[in-house]
Amino acid sequence: MKTFIFDCDFQVQPGQFVNVWLPRIDEKPMSVAFADGKELHLTIADVGPFSRAMHELKVGDQVGLRGPYGKAFTFEPNQSIAMVGGGFGSAPLYFTAFHAVQAGCTIDFIIGARREDLLIYRERVEKLKGATLHVSTDDGSVGHKGYNVEILQKLMNEKNYDMIMTCGPEVMMAAVARIADEKKVPAQISLERYMKCGFGLCGNCCVDKTGDAICTKGPVVPLEYVKQVEEFGKYHRDDLGKKHKF
Amino acid sequence: MDTSIDFLGVTFPNPLVLCSGYLGITASTWDNLARKGAGGITTKSIWLNEHKGHNNPVILANEDFICNAVGVPDAGIEKAKEEFKEYLKRNNGVPLIVNIIGGKADDFVAITEAVNELKPQLIEVNISCPNVEDEHGKPFATSCPDAARVTKMVKSVTDIPIIIKLSPNVENIQEIAQAVVEAGADGITAINTYGPGLVIDIDSAQPILANKVGGVSGPGIKPLAVKKVFDIAAAVDVPIIGMGGVKTGRDAIEFMMAGATLVGIGSALYYRGEAAFKIVLDEMVEWCEASGVKSFSEIVKKTHSVLDSSSSL
Ligand SMILES: Cc1cc2nc3c(=O)[nH]c(=O)nc-3n(C[C@H](O)[C@H](O)[C@H](O)COP(=O)(O)OP(=O)(O)OC[C@H]3O[C@@H](n4cnc5c(N)ncnc54)[C@H](O)[C@@H]3O)c2cc1C
Ligand SMILES: Cc1cc2nc3c(=O)[nH]c(=O)nc-3n(C[C@H](O)[C@H](O)[C@H](O)COP(=O)(O)O)c2cc1C
Repeated sequence: MKTFIFDCDFQVQPGQFVNVWLPRIDEKPMSVAFADGKELHLTIADVGPFSRAMHELKVGDQVGLRGPYGKAFTFEPNQSIAMVGGGFGSAPLYFTAFHAVQAGCTIDFIIGARREDLLIYRERVEKLKGATLHVSTDDGSVGHKGYNVEILQKLMNEKNYDMIMTCGPEVMMAAVARIADEKKVPAQISLERYMKCGFGLCGNCCVDKTGDAICTKGPVVPLEYVKQVEEFGKYHRDDLGKKHKF
Repeated sequence: MDTSIDFLGVTFPNPLVLCSGYLGITASTWDNLARKGAGGITTKSIWLNEHKGHNNPVILANEDFICNAVGVPDAGIEKAKEEFKEYLKRNNGVPLIVNIIGGKADDFVAITEAVNELKPQLIEVNISCPNVEDEHGKPFATSCPDAARVTKMVKSVTDIPIIIKLSPNVENIQEIAQAVVEAGADGITAINTYGPGLVIDIDSAQPILANKVGGVSGPGIKPLAVKKVFDIAAAVDVPIIGMGGVKTGRDAIEFMMAGATLVGIGSALYYRGEAAFKIVLDEMVEWCEASGVKSFSEIVKKTHSVLDSSSSL
């Protein structure tokens, strides 16, 4: 996992994504990890040909950026918010938290990973006034031993949140959505589907049964919406439209 | 106004059909667009077997045109059949036009045979892709004998009406249209994309599309498309699905006057979102009511009747 900082003047709302282009290689969607109109940050995991090529870039190299695309996380001033992140999902949540604390929100920022060295954005979140960091690791090397969703569950027994936001592996988000639904707390979920164009024409990221393209309807959608998405937490489609179980 | 219209014996609730390749991969998506006012749904082009598309970027869109090289990715006919079944079982009154594609004439036959039992309302044959059996790999759509051969072969294995989708990238679209109609085509769709075109990113000096070049559509090609539809309608006597840069109700009416019975909504989805079907239809109805037109069928080929129909343009 690497964070790339670009000189870029895009005005981005937290939760939106950009399409990142490496000429003659590929172009892929990436959530914006931070942007202030001067810099734009992306945190990218090395998982395949495109992301590998990104990891081989050197300072000063150019990439193409299109966007920003999609719907952002939204909050009201002075809300109490729980954010649950896994993997690179912590990146857009950090960006959201950065803005939310400035609006007087208080945040429990809950992240989980398999091991301590895979926990990202810890230092950045620790520096945010108004945000409290909670971590879990599968091996217990730091923080709670187990899943971050268990921390959420425990915190929710102690306090009332106005909003829950989650971004990360879908199985984790499905668990978060279930808890939010049980406790009747509003939630926002950042859906990841195989996206090509990014602006709602190619249809590759359409979900069952709503049939909406998630690149424009989402990626961030409310809990009520996710409850109509039959495939949520169950399956997703690849670049040819074939279904794969989570 | 009753917006419904007959096309080859199939009743469409309105003349606006989804163009092949836009959004059209899953039954849920087709249902969604039907709920949002589509008069008919054309599926993306379906291959016999799995077919990889191009890498991204695959679509460039701006105010003037759309340039695409998606590369027709598809999981093949067996997978597509599940989606057709799912859509057709709901029987929502919005006809399904299954669009098929192949690299060899035999592929078209095999796909048609597979589709037959599901009884979609219509089959549209996309003959714009290269013929792998031709030594130069020329598209079927650019040769009268090739286009006619595919038409005849598909027609011989199905009772479902078949529509041949023509490419504008030929000098003799009237001859091609005549050849496919003589071979048994029940209708014609026109047009597929122009080109290919090239879009360069000047900061890197690189072509932007991963495939470097792509088919051009959208507002920039509309007058070219209207002319092709006019020429086809003057040459053959089968109903036409007209498309190419339709954005407004006036555009759709223009295509009908040139000779189209149904009109494709594709790039309009970029310019006006998923509400495009409803907005464009409302604009058509408004114009018709203001102009004393009682049914859309009145305006089909209107321009041919105001001109001396034997004159060529
Ligand atoms: C809205 C959105 C935001 C994202 N944000 C980030 C981020 O901040 N950081 C990050 O590291 N990754 C992010 N991703 C995922 C990222 O796009 C893929 O990991 C990347 O495309 C992999 O490409 P590759 O060539 O390296 O690997 P591949 O070998 O092509 O694929 C590896 C995995 O990534 C998935 N993937 C590949 N292409 C796409 C695509 N076009 N859309 C969605 N998934 C794809 C594949 O299904 C596969 O599981 C995001 C995806 C979406 C849809
Ligand atoms: C992204 C995209 C994908 C397309 N895919 C197909 C396809 O799979 N099969 C086909 O017959 N035509 C395909 N087309 C062509 C359209 O169906 C249509 O003929 C053409 O784009 C003209 O309409 P428009 O100007 O409204 O885009 C595609 C066009 C675009 C822009």
